[in-house]
Amino acid sequence: MIWVNQVIQGVLLGGYYALIACGLSFMFGVMRIINLAHGDLAILAAFLVWAIVEHSGMSPFLALALVLPVMGALGWLLQRVMLERSLRAGMLVPLLTTFGLAIVIQNLLFLAFGADIRSLAPAIGDLAFNSWSLGSHIYIGQLAGLIFLVAVLMLGGLQLMLARTPLGRSIRAIAEDPDTAELVGIDSRRVYAAAAAIAVMTVAVGGTFLGMRATFSPYAGPIQLIFAFEAVVIGGLGSMWGTLAGGIVLGVAQNLGALIAPNGFLIVGHAVFLLALGARLLHQRRKGGA
Amino acid sequence: MSLLRIENLDARHGQLQAVRGISLEVREGETLALVGANGAGKTTLLRAVAGAHRPAGGRVWLDGADVTEVPAFRRLALGIALVPEGRRLFTGMTVEENLLVARAHGRPGPWTVERVLDAFPMLRARIKAKAGSLSGGEQQATAIGRALVANPRVLLLDEVSLGLAPVAVDRVYQCLETLIAGGATIVLVEQDLSRALRVATRVACMLEGSVVLEGAAGQMTREQVTEAYFGLNHRAEA
Repeated sequence: MIWVNQVIQGVLLGGYYALIACGLSFMFGVMRIINLAHGDLAILAAFLVWAIVEHSGMSPFLALALVLPVMGALGWLLQRVMLERSLRAGMLVPLLTTFGLAIVIQNLLFLAFGADIRSLAPAIGDLAFNSWSLGSHIYIGQLAGLIFLVAVLMLGGLQLMLARTPLGRSIRAIAEDPDTAELVGIDSRRVYAAAAAIAVMTVAVGGTFLGMRATFSPYAGPIQLIFAFEAVVIGGLGSMWGTLAGGIVLGVAQNLGALIAPNGFLIVGHAVFLLALGARLLHQRRKGGA
Repeated sequence: MSLLRIENLDARHGQLQAVRGISLEVREGETLALVGANGAGKTTLLRAVAGAHRPAGGRVWLDGADVTEVPAFRRLALGIALVPEGRRLFTGMTVEENLLVARAHGRPGPWTVERVLDAFPMLRARIKAKAGSLSGGEQQATAIGRALVANPRVLLLDEVSLGLAPVAVDRVYQCLETLIAGGATIVLVEQDLSRALRVATRVACMLEGSVVLEGAAGQMTREQVTEAYFGLNHRAEA
């Protein structure tokens, strides 16, 4: 029964990974940018929500509603001011740019909030630890269940937006062929900026739930980036449902790894990531050779 | 007054001058065929008119308004639509999505997705199919439909018969002839001289980036065009 429980907990953990990875996948799918500041933007959102909650006593969910447009505007601005310019210089420069941005965010957070570890868990009351019992020692944490549900809704919503709305079609057209997209009337600068805004808003949702389920500090971003990156690579860069599947595979692998050995949680997760990466590279090579 | 006016246009690909001081006019309802051998600069000229290639000099006017500095995505809304060489469809999207994406950014007018399907009946059964899965003829019809659905004032067609089976070319040209009969203004780049001369009202023959022969299609003999096409007179004069 313990294996079943570990798998269930792994699936729920995968929901969190998918939530945090969603923006990374979206940004890569549209703009072909691997945003190395992704985890730090999540931590920035968590700190903004925390600051509002601390000063107003507001629910973190309401605070998130206030932070979302701010993060959206930040995403828009980042694209227009930084990423757009760096993209013109080739694939490597956006990597360096977002790496630099990550360092700037970390140090600004340290300057503003100090090195203390924070959490939003105290602000959500019983939700932080309540669970539903499925009998036979299997429990589903209410917060973990909520995070999984939000991940499914957010990834499903993004998928629906991409498939059914004019903005979604424009985003897909630009992701496929930016030059032709301009010829059919799409303002690529505007659509890229909108996509960046959406991506950073999803990061804010992920960061807020990170703050509810765990602790965070100004330098906690890179580890979030690693898990998000692993989920995205396992599921396939740019695919929304693939990101959810990738998150679940990573979460289940980590939880089963923890059963094998105390430090198996991280090792098995990384091993599955490396296997998936190897398989993808091999597949790519075969396709190229065919 | 001409609907489209190209004035002394220069365009380069790095060091190579692909278009050299070309001036052309296209009146409303007219079909201008641009003919010439590979590398004559026809595609570059068309792309410069559509805004996809930044000219090195000269101006492009649409209905009296200077559009030279207008970016490509705004030219569609002004009424210039290009069917690019090689179709360049969004292959991961369906036929319907390819049409809708242009419809959303085009001009209001009579062309709708439904009307495109009437004009190209072969697309009706394939409307939900991915563009990448279509045959060459179906892809070309989708590419032309994608331009039409934006209700252009000037339709630029680049090598619509390239890479298609003869039967598919016939079908595409049947549709084009219907469009021309309906009063569409078209600039057509075509390597197939016979087809170009048959549908065009005027012909401009390009050689090494310049227009070497221009006139009414009905007043030109095939020999005249062929000589200009291969630069026979040009070389003899040189």
